[in-house]
Order: sequence, then structure tokens, then C-alpha cells
Amino acid sequence: MGLIQIGQSPGSVHAKDSELGIVTMTLEKAVNWARKGSLWPMTFGLACCAIEMMAAVSSRYDMDRYGAGVFRASPRQSDLMIVAGTVCRRMAPVIRKVYDQMPEPKYVIAMGSCATSGNIYNSYPVVQGVDRFVPVDMYVPGCPPTPEALFDGILKLQDMIMQKRVFVKNT
Amino acid sequence: MSPVAEQIKERFPHAVVKTTEFRGDLSLQVRRENLLEVARYLHDDPEMSFDYIVHVSSVDWLNEPQSAEGRFEVVYEFYSIRLRRRIRIKTRVPEEDCVVDSLCGIWRGAEFMEREVYDMMGIRFSNHPDLRRILLPDDYSEGFPLRKDFPVEGKGWRDTFEFLEKQNQ
Repeated sequence: MGLIQIGQSPGSVHAKDSELGIVTMTLEKAVNWARKGSLWPMTFGLACCAIEMMAAVSSRYDMDRYGAGVFRASPRQSDLMIVAGTVCRRMAPVIRKVYDQMPEPKYVIAMGSCATSGNIYNSYPVVQGVDRFVPVDMYVPGCPPTPEALFDGILKLQDMIMQKRVFVKNT
Repeated sequence: MSPVAEQIKERFPHAVVKTTEFRGDLSLQVRRENLLEVARYLHDDPEMSFDYIVHVSSVDWLNEPQSAEGRFEVVYEFYSIRLRRRIRIKTRVPEEDCVVDSLCGIWRGAEFMEREVYDMMGIRFSNHPDLRRILLPDDYSEGFPLRKDFPVEGKGWRDTFEFLEKQNQ
């Protein structure tokens, strides 16, 4: 019975008589693998970063290759919130409300310098980073980040998801 | 001086403080008390017929030599669609009595722009139909952010998230 390790697949595929039949892996890995492979982001853009996000989804870059291309218009159907752009204080309660409406498990990417730290906008209406009122999983630097940079963030988020414990209660 | 400026000055000799022309842009400084009647004339008179209000803005001259005439300045820009010409009307507003007559009764389009001037600079407009903040929330309490003595980073509003506290309760 030969054992073939395929790419980044989390389990081991067993080949018998040159037929691929059985895959073994832990249930936790299977669940994480499924989660990372269908990150449905929420349609949510605040500024110019959203333009790069749209470019990342379109045919030239095709974010769907990572399973993160199905943008939903409702937070209730989304797993991933990409905060793309400058966060104004008046927008903050809206972002928090939308985040609260997303079902678990949910992830947040702060896309660009503005969502990360406020960027150059050290002024009275600009929140100095979304992490002040929403937990952020991944920060993508850039002003705005290229689609490649956003993909790097998504891939790193996927690596992070693979390391999550599924059947242990978070403390 | 342009014939338009001559005409206005002739009609309101006491109202017009100063006229300037820069590269074809005519600009008149008008006394605050006479703003409404000058504006009414600019709008109604067939020789003027400035029927379109382009913009309302304001300037804070804090700690500048110009502030001797009053700290704030409200700037109106009008356009005559029929005669294809523009005019800029400025008026000085002192800090102690920060009120100007609203021009909403003449140009309805002034309503939102005057609200913006009130929101950002704190200049009040008398007889305005609905003088509320327009960009900032109604309960914003830090003052008027475009004033020169307002700290750029604000006074802590951007870092207070009262909705999170409500959630934790």
C-alpha cells in the first residue's frame, strides 16, 4: 500500500492497486480544511482599498482560486470581513454591527494602512485602526495593497485557520 | 473695475466694503448687515440674475492680521446661468456674535451648504429652516473642527466606542 502526500492537502491519500481510494486525516483537520477553502467574504469597501479588492476578485487575479471569491451581500452569509479602507468614527458602529451579524467562525482582515493604523489620517474623525473595536486576524500593509498582497494575507489567514483547534472551547 | 461691481456699488454705496478682481474673478466684500439685501438684488434684478448658488464656504482668520475685521469670513459664490458670469460675495463675522443672515429664502440650495458651514465652523445662520449638523453626528460635542484652534486629533471622540460598552452590559 503506497502512501502519497499530495501538495498541501491535510491528510494522507492511500493508493492501492494504483487507485486512489481512501484519505485519512483527523476530523479537526478536515473541518479546518473545509473552512479555509470556502472563505466567503463580505461585500464591504470603505475607500480606495476596495478598488484593489475588486481587482483581486476579477478575472486577472481571480481570488476564487483560494476559495475566497464568493462575495456575499449579507453578513449573515459571510465568513470573512475585509475592512478595506479608512475607518471613520461615524462608520465604527456600523462595522461593529455588521461584524456581530456574521455567524461563527468569522475572520477579519484589516486591508491597507488605514484599516490597520489610520495611516496618515491622524485627525479627529478617523479611527486609528479597526482593531480598536473589532478583533483583527490578519493585517495587510500597503496603500493600497496590491491584489498579490491581499492574497498573501488570505493565504496566511488560511494557514492560521489550519492551526485552529475546532473541538476545544475557546477561552 | 468691472461694470457689475460698479453697478452694485452704485446701488449699495454703504454695503460694499471692498471690491477685488483677480484674473477675471470678481469678488465683493459686503457688510454683514446688508448681505441679505445685496443678495436679494443679485438674484432678482434682471441685469444681475444670479440664479444659481455655487458654493458657501467660510474662513477662520484666527491670529492673522485680517482678523481685525472679524475672525470669520463667510464666502458665497453665485453664477448667472443666463448671463454666464460669476460673483463672489464675502462677509465678515465677529467671534462674539457669530451669526449671518441665511440666504435660504433666496436660493433654496444654500440650505445644506450653510448647514455644513455651521457644522464645521460654528457660524450660525439666522432664519435658516433647519440648522443642524450635517456631516458630524447630531450629538457631537467637541465643537467645530474646522476652526483653527481645534486640535487636529480631536478631543477623544475617535477613540470612544460607546456601542461596545452597551454590548458588554
